[in-house]
Amino acid sequence: MAELEAVIGLEIHVQLSTRTKMFCGCELSFGDQPNVHTCPVCLAHPGVLPAPNEEAIRYALQIAVALECEVAPRSIFHRKNYFYPDNPKAYQISQYDIPLATGGRLDDIRIHRVHLEEDAAKMIHVGESGRIHGSGASLVDFNRGGTPLVEIVTEPDLRSAAEASEWARLLRTTVRQLGVSDVNMEEGSLRCDANVSVRPAGSEELGVKTELKNMNSFRFLERGIEAELARQQELIGAGAAVVQETLHFDPRGVTLTSLRSKEEAHDYRYFPEPDLVPLAPTEQMLHEARGSLPELPAARIERYREEMGLPPEAAAQLAADPEAAVYFERAAGAAAGVEPRVVANWVTGELAAALRQEGGEAGATGSKVEPEALAALVVMVQEKRISHGSGKTVLAALVAEGGEPGAIVEREGLAQISDSGELEAIVATAVDANPEAAAQIRAGNGRAIGAIVGAVMRETKGRADGAEVNRLIRDRLGV
Amino acid sequence: MSGLLELTVAEAAGRIAAGEIAAGEYFDAWRAAAAGDELNAYLWRAEDGVEGTGGPLAGIPVAVKDIFCTEGVPTTAGSRILAGYAPPYTSTAVRRLGEAGARVLGKTNMDEFAMGSSSENSAFGPVLNPWDRGRVPGGSSGGSAAAVGGGLAPCAIGTDTGGSIRQPASLCGIVGLKPTYGAISRYGMIAFASSLDQCGALTRDVTDAALLLAALQGRDPCDSTSVGIEGGVEAPSREDLKGLRFAVPGELARDAIDSGVRAVFEATLETIERLGGAITEAPLPHAEHGISAYYVIAPAEASSNLARYDGVRYGMRAEGAGDLTEMYEKTRAEGFGAEVKRRIMLGTYVLSSGYYDAYYGRAQRVRTKIASDFAAAFAEFDFVVTPTSPSVAFGLGEKTDDPLAMYMSDFFTVPMSLAGLPAISIPAGLAEPDGGGPRLPVGFQIVAPAFAEQRLLEAAFALEREIGFDAKPGEGAGG
Repeated sequence: MAELEAVIGLEIHVQLSTRTKMFCGCELSFGDQPNVHTCPVCLAHPGVLPAPNEEAIRYALQIAVALECEVAPRSIFHRKNYFYPDNPKAYQISQYDIPLATGGRLDDIRIHRVHLEEDAAKMIHVGESGRIHGSGASLVDFNRGGTPLVEIVTEPDLRSAAEASEWARLLRTTVRQLGVSDVNMEEGSLRCDANVSVRPAGSEELGVKTELKNMNSFRFLERGIEAELARQQELIGAGAAVVQETLHFDPRGVTLTSLRSKEEAHDYRYFPEPDLVPLAPTEQMLHEARGSLPELPAARIERYREEMGLPPEAAAQLAADPEAAVYFERAAGAAAGVEPRVVANWVTGELAAALRQEGGEAGATGSKVEPEALAALVVMVQEKRISHGSGKTVLAALVAEGGEPGAIVEREGLAQISDSGELEAIVATAVDANPEAAAQIRAGNGRAIGAIVGAVMRETKGRADGAEVNRLIRDRLGV
Repeated sequence: MSGLLELTVAEAAGRIAAGEIAAGEYFDAWRAAAAGDELNAYLWRAEDGVEGTGGPLAGIPVAVKDIFCTEGVPTTAGSRILAGYAPPYTSTAVRRLGEAGARVLGKTNMDEFAMGSSSENSAFGPVLNPWDRGRVPGGSSGGSAAAVGGGLAPCAIGTDTGGSIRQPASLCGIVGLKPTYGAISRYGMIAFASSLDQCGALTRDVTDAALLLAALQGRDPCDSTSVGIEGGVEAPSREDLKGLRFAVPGELARDAIDSGVRAVFEATLETIERLGGAITEAPLPHAEHGISAYYVIAPAEASSNLARYDGVRYGMRAEGAGDLTEMYEKTRAEGFGAEVKRRIMLGTYVLSSGYYDAYYGRAQRVRTKIASDFAAAFAEFDFVVTPTSPSVAFGLGEKTDDPLAMYMSDFFTVPMSLAGLPAISIPAGLAEPDGGGPRLPVGFQIVAPAFAEQRLLEAAFALEREIGFDAKPGEGAGG
């Protein structure tokens, strides 16, 4: 049998971090007392009408532009009709046949569409099942109801669970950098559903897909897709067919359960929302959306690699976190005469390790190490004014107390021994004190040199340049 | 002080402003009149008097159709499902009247959710026609029309979706004005068919209608579809119709009209000519399909608008339901009347997947054609005129078992609603019903281009003056 290829598309819901809800003036909140951010509009009292939130439209346009989509001149709001207590109007205002924007891309994954809609209220089911069926009672918190949502739908361009989760992270970083959402999966401000199917490798046709819901972390997204791919491959391997259905991911056992068909069998009776006029962004709005775009991660990665010569991993790691990127660029700018690649190594390597050692939550930006101080330290090491080992000592001091590396070097007496006569004398003493090691080195065991280097370093408190010490030992032993 | 009740609103407002009448005294006189309601016109009446207020409508009592939300005051839309409901907010229309100095005299009875042409579909009993209590007042704003026609209110507001102001005004011998869609905010007006619903005035004469419209109209940020009337509205003063061109749509005029209604209509056309207006028969080829399109579009929107009445948040909740679905079903089964259920089912059906294009899509295309017909007519003519209703007031129970016959009551008023145009019905005379009986009021409808309310009011004012309709229910009913 031909090898099976995974075909994955994502549907991502992003809660916008506007001040107020999509169609009323209630403030957005997370974690407040239930039902305090409500009004006649978001509780769907008789006679109320939706009044669109301009800020939400601006944010959605920024996302559309960042994803290189084509913005519709006049997009239409539709009503999606269904009965459920989290949906007080019994219809959700969403977009249907003419969405806000279509046809974009992020990295090499194509974006099918981007549209605006409103979030449902939050249901809490009391009892064992955690679902409405079989629960003793269900409570509704309307604080979330009416929060502006942007739905982003990709084309089925992803080919593995890992790629899907990696791409979703890139999307999160991109949206976070726009400053239009908290994009927090645990809090639900970023929600990711996956459409998963398999097909014989090389085939152009799409297999029967299933829709995976409730994966509230990137890890669960990856594991959910992996589990579903394995299930589908097993089915097809056994000669059975995949049935189109919606599956609920349960992180406890990494299991997928089919949602009851009764919940699924919706005819949403979409029709154009008569209470709203078409959404027609002005040239001015589009211009502002384009103008407000920061450099996005994909572009930044490319610049780091092409212009600054960073290795791919360091470029991706720094570009993924806007704060880390700003920190790195400030340090690289201040480190005169040092290649950015070296500064990047310090930021992602030594500094990250030192911060972890310190146990702090804060990244580089929140630490006491100013990017200019790190730059000065890197320059000292590169110019061999201090040894690499002393550099780490200084960095630990910077992490603990901040300040200037030069002052710490002076205070701790870490300046490299630049008088070669002094160093030669110390090397001579060390060689004499370690006759066994000296003999082994002469016999051709190069690794035995470590013992003598160690002795020199102890004696100099690490102020000697390792390479120079090696050279002097070999000279003395005539090897 | 029965003399106070003889004044028109404009006269009373003038005398209150001049200090000749106390606002409280005037309001109290009308409260006493409203307390004598034997027509079941009111569902709720104000218990308190008013203090002096300012504004163009200072001290004027207004009867308000029970479809307008009034904070803390029962608002039922004539439905059992909203029995006991007191909204937490006030509609823009009522708020604007208040800002102009007017006060709510009472909430008037109506067909449930404005669905009906006789006011017999109220959950709180039918409204009786002040001219003949064995007959209907028309609908759905029957309570407002009966209150003004029956001397229980000096003026009223109602809503018109397919004729619900004009037809009851015609049947009760008063003026009924439906402004252009978008002239008055719909915020707080309980929705029946959102793309058609429009607030308007029911008054004794054209000047009073202009006075109310001036206070009501205007753009409202709470209603995205509202635009207001540019330049506002002034009291009309025109005395002739010289140089004005009136179109009579032949297609409509040829259809079944009671002979008495036809006679009054033709006499009114002669009056127009006497005032210098020109009468021409003009085509409106698609208008006769108005009823068919209307009874697809209006129920479709209604099926969605009325889905929020689910027993969860407010209004009635059926007892004894075992689960959520049963609660929805029992609440809606017990809470809605037969006509509302009929239209919800019709609307749900026409929006269903697979039927949308055949019904809803097609009805929208007919709607567009009807609007184009009017646009073509208004390229040549200043007004289109028709009888308001094919018959005078019909008997209670006469059409309740024949929904189609009931729907045809709106034959002349529906096309203007579909086109969103302003239209006014003024009393033009009395006629015997087909089959004999005491003479009853006949309305004459004038239609103008969108937002040409001032032009419409001027023509209606001139015609009203020339017709000199001064019959009163007692006299008319007595023969």
